[in-house]
Amino acid sequence: MSDRQTKHKTADQEPVISVRGLVNRFGDNVVHDNLDLDVLPGEILGIVGGSGSGKSVLLRSIVGLKRPDEGCVEVFGQALDSLDSQQRSQMERRFGVLFQRGALFSSLNLQENIALPLIEHARLSRSDAEYLARVKLSLVGLPASAALQSPESLSGGMVKRAALARALALDPDVLFLDEPTAGLDPISAAAFDELLVTLRDALRFSVFLVTHDLDTLYSSCDRVAVISQKRVLAAGTLDEVAATQDDWVQAYFHGPRGRAAQQAASTHHLQE
Amino acid sequence: MSAQWVVYQEDELAIEGEWTLAHFPQLKAAIAHLPAQAGQAREISLENLQAIDTAGAALLVELLGVERVGEIHAWAPSLPAERQALLARIAQAMSSSLAPKPVSEPWWHAMLALLGQQVDALWHQQLQLMGFTGLVVATFARILWHPRRWRLTAIVAHIQQSGFNAVPIVALLTFMVGAVVAFLGATVLRNFGATIYTIDLVAFSFLREFGVLLAAILLAGRTASAFTAQLGSMKANEEIDALRTQGLDPIELLVLPRVMAMLITLPLLTFVGMLSGLAGGAMVASLSLDIALSQFIGTLERDIAVTHFLLGLSKAPVFAFVIALIGCLEGFKVKGSAQSVGEHTTSSVVQSIFMVILLDALAALFFMEMGW
Repeated sequence: MSDRQTKHKTADQEPVISVRGLVNRFGDNVVHDNLDLDVLPGEILGIVGGSGSGKSVLLRSIVGLKRPDEGCVEVFGQALDSLDSQQRSQMERRFGVLFQRGALFSSLNLQENIALPLIEHARLSRSDAEYLARVKLSLVGLPASAALQSPESLSGGMVKRAALARALALDPDVLFLDEPTAGLDPISAAAFDELLVTLRDALRFSVFLVTHDLDTLYSSCDRVAVISQKRVLAAGTLDEVAATQDDWVQAYFHGPRGRAAQQAASTHHLQE
Repeated sequence: MSAQWVVYQEDELAIEGEWTLAHFPQLKAAIAHLPAQAGQAREISLENLQAIDTAGAALLVELLGVERVGEIHAWAPSLPAERQALLARIAQAMSSSLAPKPVSEPWWHAMLALLGQQVDALWHQQLQLMGFTGLVVATFARILWHPRRWRLTAIVAHIQQSGFNAVPIVALLTFMVGAVVAFLGATVLRNFGATIYTIDLVAFSFLREFGVLLAAILLAGRTASAFTAQLGSMKANEEIDALRTQGLDPIELLVLPRVMAMLITLPLLTFVGMLSGLAGGAMVASLSLDIALSQFIGTLERDIAVTHFLLGLSKAPVFAFVIALIGCLEGFKVKGSAQSVGEHTTSSVVQSIFMVILLDALAALFFMEMGW
């Protein structure tokens, strides 16, 4: 784990996403106040924070589902709000988003779900698109028989995998995951973490990972950013962040669950 | 042979250019033009491969075979590590058969199966409806002696939603149909010099049929769908399961108040419909047939027996019961998704309108045979 962290710690890399001075409000409720954050190429960045701290809102501001009230979001060096709709669509093709509950299109089967962006954006023929869709499904570890199933007949873990396959359909440069392991059993969750790291190593995308799952943080994240008090309280490697002097961070990383996850990760690392 | 993507010469295969999704059709065409033995080439050069993504990797794996690409580190050690990893991973993904089992059945098999399924589904639907009716009646009988469990607040709320709020639309619709029936009657009866019988036509049709039928059809569209959507979204949200696990009876809590409200509402709305249908007829009569309002009312009193009114009204509770039951039952049949809520809402409206018209036809036959 540690060698991967040092490899991605190089500060001279241009960030793929940089958020500067972000302010988000809902009415009088300020969610983000002057928030800064960078996502570096090829890293898995874990975003943690208490419930209601605005992790999902941050994700939505970056992918353009919510217009920030102030501040700017730069993606690949371009500010999102300065682009016209066509450039924006081009930009959004480089994103892959996995929503918390999968958000698979319920009227299409799995293979059609993944073929849709391929047909619409890459202008492939239906048979080619469905062929590639089956490759993607197999890539995320789903059996061939799943291709013709409808989303409602799948288990939670399979929905997450299928949603990941759809997020990967256009070979994105940045993958946004909103609590991918929430609601999965520990075995499926661990398998998902492993899958994510393998795919990242093979496909070289950056990952913006919103999570509550401490095991995910320890097993797959290169860097961690803590969102608290309306801004990024700390960002860095797990060890750096865990050493931050803040009550919430201390309670999070050094509480009973945090210690257990850390222990599990270090024994796993030793076995390797 | 396209020189841009792949070159095959003297048992040597050179992969060139950008093997990415953007060039997928060209790549496919280039591969299709290769001779069959190209995939087994002795030497493969990936020196000039400029870019590759999963789509290109999938094509490459298909061209070279899973085993060969799986051992890529052995024969192409100079390829950057991440590309080796990508190709190895895709080869691993494609090592098992990708195509789902093809369905090879003669077309008439599928057609017969579909027909059988439909008939079976129809039969089960009727069974379910009868079972549900029994369940509701049994629950009703059980709580009848416990007035504390009557859920008066819920009943009144549903009366307001499905009854009181529907008064304007029922009144307007029946008023307009009343006017149309009067016009129709006047046009036909004028030829026989019997314009005055327009009054009887409007009165007969609204007291016996149209008052109750129009009100029932409107409620089937307006309230059966609402019941299905309400109960369906509760079912999708596992609220009904939550009730059951707390030892509460969803039939008693959710279905009975709705059924009771409908049983009270539909007769009242039927009465409103009859009155405003007659009013529509009376308006046309006085404005364009020169039949004064006093004459209209006088003829009504003299010619029309109260039996007709009672016959029409007697159908209202039956329709109300059927509409409420179908609405609630379809709500309980919802499974999980929002799409399922939509499907069952449609189904509940179609079924309840169908049942209302079917029952009305049967009732008309019965009343005629009885000479009522």
